Amino acid sequence: MLAVNFLLLSAALFCIGVFGVIARKNAVMVLMSVELILNSVNLNLIAFSLMNDDIDGQVFALFVVAVAAAEVGVGLGMVLMVYRNRRSISLDELSEMKG
Amino acid sequence: MIAAFLAADVNVAQNVGFYIMAAAMLMGAFRVVTSDNVVHAALWLVVVLGGVAAQYILAAAEFVAVSQVLVYIGAVMVLFLFGIMLTRAQLGVEPELNNDGWAIGIPVALLMFAMLAWVLIDEYRGQVITDLSGERIATSTQRLSDGYLGDFLVPLIALSFVLLAAAIGSIVLARKD
Repeated sequence: MLAVNFLLLSAALFCIGVFGVIARKNAVMVLMSVELILNSVNLNLIAFSLMNDDIDGQVFALFVVAVAAAEVGVGLGMVLMVYRNRRSISLDELSEMKG
Repeated sequence: MIAAFLAADVNVAQNVGFYIMAAAMLMGAFRVVTSDNVVHAALWLVVVLGGVAAQYILAAAEFVAVSQVLVYIGAVMVLFLFGIMLTRAQLGVEPELNNDGWAIGIPVALLMFAMLAWVLIDEYRGQVITDLSGERIATSTQRLSDGYLGDFLVPLIALSFVLLAAAIGSIVLARKD
């Protein structure tokens, strides 16, 4: 197994996720793209854990999974609240805090 | 790279599995960020998350793979589908999913990938991951739990408080009053 395989795959997933965060208007879609980014980071951690034969990478990957679950819960709660107040979750219409 | 690929110590079956799953994951990820249908995007995300779990198994991380299936495909996807259902009047194709300046994301993503690929190939060209011994793989979950409940016990407790705060916070946010 080439080391660069895993790393290039996770780099590609990361960049697709960054594109989604930039391009998408729907807040739920942006959260999905953030999930792509978090998973690419996890893939990197597992790959380095395998390369170095060290278990700490897997421990960190599990931490990232738990933090991502918390992030999705809070993020979707906020999206629901915004939808209830504005009847829309388009991110470009949420400009009340613009200076 | 070809020479290293053809070297005798590369596991061919592992590589074939890797490339098949990588192709499925990249197509799924591409559809997640380009699909016109929010529900279809969420279902393509399942393909990506399942592929990531399969890659974890390929990388001898079974416990993380099973956690990935439980947490992401089981819990997070249900949250996403509920989020879609609760925030949308009608399901189906919606043409206005992208920002006006969405095209700026293409050069950003391509430049970032080019830079990452350059650095990674420059650093890890030809480096082959040696397969772990069966004894190391068999004890990986044991070593993982030793790490969790040994060196990383304090971060684990802190993380449980983060999860508690997130649960309480999302209940407070989503409560009707």
